[in-house]
Amino acid sequence: MTPHEPDARPLLLGGPALGLRLIVLAILSFGLMVADHRQHQLAVIRSWFSAIVYPIQWAVQAPLAAWNSVRDSLATRAQIESDNVRLQADNLVLRLKQLRYDALEQENQRLRAAHESSARIVQRTLVAEIVRVDLDPFRQRVLVNKGSRDGVFRGQAALDANGIFGQVTRVGPVSAEIILISDPEHAIPVQVNRTGARTIALGTGRSGQLSLPYMPQNSDVVAGDLLVSSGLGGVYPPGYPVGKITEVGRDPSQPLLSVAAEPLAALDRDSEILLAWFDSTVQEPEPEPAVAAQPADPAGGN
Amino acid sequence: MARSTNLGWPRIIAVTIAALAATVLPLPGWLGMVRPDFVALTVLWFCLISPRMTGLFHAWGAGLALDAFRGVLLGQHALTLLVITYVATKLRLQIRAFPLLQQTAVIMALLWLNEFLLFWIDGVSGHAITDWRRWLAVPVGAACWPLITGLYARVVARR
Repeated sequence: MTPHEPDARPLLLGGPALGLRLIVLAILSFGLMVADHRQHQLAVIRSWFSAIVYPIQWAVQAPLAAWNSVRDSLATRAQIESDNVRLQADNLVLRLKQLRYDALEQENQRLRAAHESSARIVQRTLVAEIVRVDLDPFRQRVLVNKGSRDGVFRGQAALDANGIFGQVTRVGPVSAEIILISDPEHAIPVQVNRTGARTIALGTGRSGQLSLPYMPQNSDVVAGDLLVSSGLGGVYPPGYPVGKITEVGRDPSQPLLSVAAEPLAALDRDSEILLAWFDSTVQEPEPEPAVAAQPADPAGGN
Repeated sequence: MARSTNLGWPRIIAVTIAALAATVLPLPGWLGMVRPDFVALTVLWFCLISPRMTGLFHAWGAGLALDAFRGVLLGQHALTLLVITYVATKLRLQIRAFPLLQQTAVIMALLWLNEFLLFWIDGVSGHAITDWRRWLAVPVGAACWPLITGLYARVVARR
């Protein structure tokens, strides 16, 4: 036991000191929130904070990552062999496609040169690993282990092997936060590959679903159509697969169709993604839905 | 509940970081949705057990750390935890004297206040989450209170 010592501090906490502290700290919180909300004035502070908390975030998922790597290293020979066979077959198919693609790309560039418009293809990519922490169960955001030190910037497009994954919303020195295309606050300008019709795909909050609420009743769209990024807005490179239409609801009493699509990128299963650099300096002739590529403006309240 | 004690800062910081880590620990599917707000429970426990050392500044700091952790608007958890800690500090002598069940009810009210303020701030800043399942964390958190006090009384408050 500790020896008894006289204590001059008040027994009952409260009074003006407590209220004063509450008011001062509450004003401070309000100030922070307003500064953070208004055009992200706290970017520098945030990036420092993210650098401080990143080691803990990393440590949280470290046991899981360790377990996965142990499981991988204990994979049976048969599994590895079957994987190898499958990958070789994949590789063959992809190389065949590549042969055709090279020729097509050259042709495409010649045609574009004739039209004086430049092809915006991804020039450089960086592989980033997803840090397995739950940021918020109701939002579709992930943390990756690359940050401004690796040249990652806000608004950068992220892809996986199957399609567009999302874009960077916040960058720290060694980590970055990515908003998935399925986040309810995200919108991506897309094009129906078959017809070329342009529209916007909104996230729904579920990783397997996008919604396309702005297609008029007479648009030619059927289940199974491929959606590719249109490149308007300049965030995403054009022509990359985004999703596949799963459902077209035609209700004649409504002015617009209710169209649902499924993202092609494995949003909830990926462990690695690609951050892309591409030449986005070209101005599009029709910048109508340009704003849509940004994460919807918080003040807009969509 | 254990006696009022003056816990050392290293212990307070360690437990707070553990609570923060528990908040972002990956959980499968629906378990992640009903995850109790461990930081709020921890902050409340400290404010009841050791109000001289912790209290408002601790709650504010923990809230700010939580904001940084989850990448949300900076200051929102700081404000909500500040408010519930203020209420808990004001009522702390009553709350401490309550039997466990009644104490749990008060904690549930405080957690609800916390969640409501977060909901409100989310709405004002234009990031509203209207999914009804967000409120599930409140009763789950309250149900965890007896476990948390039991655990902390044995592990954290031990000399």
